[in-house]
Amino acid sequence: MTSAERAAEKPAAERPAPERPAAERPAPGPSADTNAAIERAYRDAYGAVLATLIRFLGGDFDAAEEALADAFATALETWPRDGIPANPAAWLTTTGRNRALDRIRRDRRQAEKLVLLERELAGTEVTTMQLGTEGGLEDDRLRLIFTCCHPALPLDARVALTLRTLGGLTTPEIARAFLVPEATLAQRLVRAKRKIRQAAIPYRVPLGDQLPERLDGVLATLYLVFNEGYLASAGEAAVRHDLCTEAIRLAALVADLMPDRPETHGLLALLLLQDSRREARVGADGSIALLEEQDRTRWDRVEITRGFETLDRGFAAAAKLSHASVGRYLLQASIAAEHARTIDGSETDWRAIATLYEALARIDPSPIVELNRAVAIAQADGPAAGLGLLDELAAGGELAGYRLLPAARADLLRRLGRLPEAAAEYQHALGLSDNDAERRFLQRRLAETRR
Amino acid sequence: MRYMLLIYGEEVQQDEGPSGNEPAGEAPEISPPWMEYTGWLLREGIHTAGERLATSSSATTVRVRDGNRLITDGPYAETKEVLGGYYIIECDNLDEALEAAARCPAAFGGSIEVRPIIGMPVPAPAG
Repeated sequence: MTSAERAAEKPAAERPAPERPAAERPAPGPSADTNAAIERAYRDAYGAVLATLIRFLGGDFDAAEEALADAFATALETWPRDGIPANPAAWLTTTGRNRALDRIRRDRRQAEKLVLLERELAGTEVTTMQLGTEGGLEDDRLRLIFTCCHPALPLDARVALTLRTLGGLTTPEIARAFLVPEATLAQRLVRAKRKIRQAAIPYRVPLGDQLPERLDGVLATLYLVFNEGYLASAGEAAVRHDLCTEAIRLAALVADLMPDRPETHGLLALLLLQDSRREARVGADGSIALLEEQDRTRWDRVEITRGFETLDRGFAAAAKLSHASVGRYLLQASIAAEHARTIDGSETDWRAIATLYEALARIDPSPIVELNRAVAIAQADGPAAGLGLLDELAAGGELAGYRLLPAARADLLRRLGRLPEAAAEYQHALGLSDNDAERRFLQRRLAETRR
Repeated sequence: MRYMLLIYGEEVQQDEGPSGNEPAGEAPEISPPWMEYTGWLLREGIHTAGERLATSSSATTVRVRDGNRLITDGPYAETKEVLGGYYIIECDNLDEALEAAARCPAAFGGSIEVRPIIGMPVPAPAG
């Protein structure tokens, strides 16, 4: 599906579409160049433009999404004819804003709103400067993320909304990331947006003493955005570089805004250290390379250095606070740092990693943490020790449908030489994965067990 | 934007509490924290309305089913925390309303449900 089609389709997926002219079937078909440009604009600018439109429209998410879809539909018509604008994000913002004004004009009930908006916006064009890397646009995105992560919204809705608005992910993509049916997720988004509107959840960065308590939701959300980019569960590209970059950029912004909170640095360090392995993570044939198989010379030393510095800042901030302030992100970043510390994988201190996972399980118990602890123990004490823990996890049933559990069991069974059982588990994992790179990896392993 | 603060809490026993035994028409004493809170809402200029309710044991619930009026003793739902009163406040957004609700004496121990008021159109008087 092209980005243009996605853009046109998006709002329709979430509510019964009213009239959608132009968006349906653009004729004449856009050239490949224009298509690529629109796709790029979609990828790079969706969240930022939407954030700005939401502010223009006084916090109305639906109207902003509609306006942006209209802007993309207009791009489909005019870019092939008039050429690709110098600054697509600025163009989309201006066009989206004008389309929103058109809609409001048509809607008599909103007459009052129109007067205010027109007064404010009369004659103004969105300039490149306003859309630069600093100033207005960053603020809009930060505002948007704090609104999306407002504690008055249920946690799952906060994450979904952030991915949908800032990340520009489709409802099906988010549904897969959460292991929930698409209809459930669509409903979740609709309810969240309705509550933002009805309860007047403000579109702003929380003030003073409200800021810290809002932070946890924001960090969790950014981590999930990163993971969606890093471990994209569907589609051709295993690594959605832009989402990772976006998550890192927003995490750095939040860390700048709240340098006293250790976890802001913890999250940023974690993202940087994970992202440093991005290049090495995908093999030449496009399949996922496991940590132990990666060419560590391809790890990004700049990101690793930045990650270690950030980790230090996090622990320094934690030392200044009286209460136990080493949280889940500092611990996870410490685990990533254990891997990044050495270029020779055989030197990795798996016992230290297992201990860190244990600490993590104490403050944040979850079956996923247990899965990772089991894998670390398998490395430290041998596959049999790890397999026992995985069997307990499988019996618990909490991870049913989670593809990495059978994948991990398959790996340990393979190393124990129990090949038929390993093959069955690889099959099971294949049935749960719709990520091309991951599937190629699983198929390669499956073939090995059958040699 | 108007919000209603619905004040929920465990009910004071009738024989201990201030409400219930007063002569009809006389408002019972109100404790200093509540006076202070109402005063604060007024000073902030966000107070629109507010009332206390008599204990839930004084409540009567009415339903009409198949044309029959059913009257039962007690509140609609029997729960440990009951509706004890309300305020209506005027705020710009939810954050401000939550800020105000968090200062309410009943927030410590009880809970405050914050609901936006969407209003109800009043029909024009006939004739």
